[in-house]
Amino acid sequence: MTREEIIQPENLVYKKPALLNDVPMHYCPGCSHGMVHKLIAEIIEEMGMEEKTIGVCPVGCAVFAYKYVDIDWQEAAHGRAPAVATAVKRLWPNHLVFTYQGDGDLACIGTGETIHALNRGENIVVIFINNAIYGMTGGQMAPTTLIGQKTATCPYGREVKLHGWPLKITEIAATLDGTCYVTRQAVHNVAAIKKAKKAIRKAFENSLAGKGSSLVEIVSTCNSGWKLSPEKSNQWMEENMFNFYKLGDLKDE
Amino acid sequence: MAKFKGATVVDTERCKGCNLCVVACPLDVLALTAKSVNQKGYPYAQEVKEDTCNGCASCATVCPDGCITVYRKKAE
Ligand SMILES: Cc1ncc(C[n+]2csc(CCOP(=O)(O)OP(=O)(O)O)c2C)c(N)n1
Repeated sequence: MTREEIIQPENLVYKKPALLNDVPMHYCPGCSHGMVHKLIAEIIEEMGMEEKTIGVCPVGCAVFAYKYVDIDWQEAAHGRAPAVATAVKRLWPNHLVFTYQGDGDLACIGTGETIHALNRGENIVVIFINNAIYGMTGGQMAPTTLIGQKTATCPYGREVKLHGWPLKITEIAATLDGTCYVTRQAVHNVAAIKKAKKAIRKAFENSLAGKGSSLVEIVSTCNSGWKLSPEKSNQWMEENMFNFYKLGDLKDE
Repeated sequence: MAKFKGATVVDTERCKGCNLCVVACPLDVLALTAKSVNQKGYPYAQEVKEDTCNGCASCATVCPDGCITVYRKKAE
């Protein structure tokens, strides 16, 4: 069988979702953001919600998400995406509304907005990219930085005495009455990607069914910020992040 | 068990040479170019083992930039 015989439309098994357009993404090679953008595009396409989805972009590396996934987007000020999404969802109750936020955005400057929107049970989905660092601004310590992890602003490693404990905002979200689905996933290999895709889809479906807020944390890598190759970053994440940020559903009602 | 033959098509200009597809391929079909780069200056993924790909699409699934298209055909 020749290559030409295999490369035929009827034999297609995988291609980039059409909703993820051809604009080259500005993310560093191997960045988890691209992976999650691709999943979101695939899910929205499979749900047939292309014309009825509104995303809210954060400040952080994903600030330009609106350039890559061809749905409607609204940009929010740093940390304020859940507040903006609240307004968008209340005005467009039949639309699928989600925020897409990094850990600096969601778990630091926007902690208040995040917790209150989730606690109000707004019918929105919060996608939380936790790479344990401020990626865009050059790899500073975030509330989610692990104990001992070295960053630009804690070059000797994070110390509890000086910097406090890493914040498990997903665990907090699971205790709130407004949330219906809270889960922690990753996208470092095929199995994890398939699970993460199911989780995001479930969150989207819950929000359309009016069940309340959902939070999907994706434990992610920032290979530039961590100063490792994409492959080594995945290994570092498996060895260090997963011990502290345990994968799986925290709440499913 | 039915045998499948696969083929990958890499959008070499979109590829950033992150190497994650190379790591994900269970049959070591892919590798980054050693000597050529794309217009952005990145080495890019290409098939280096002929007649080996079974079209499992692991490479394309893990590609963060959606650069890989995969085809799969049942071998008679
Ligand atoms: C009000 C305000 N404060 C600070 C900044 C600077 N700033 C830009 S991005 C960012 C952190 C982003 O980190 P994170 O949310 O973890 O996303 P990542 O870049 O890692 O994806 C900060 C502090 C800003 N743009 N606006």
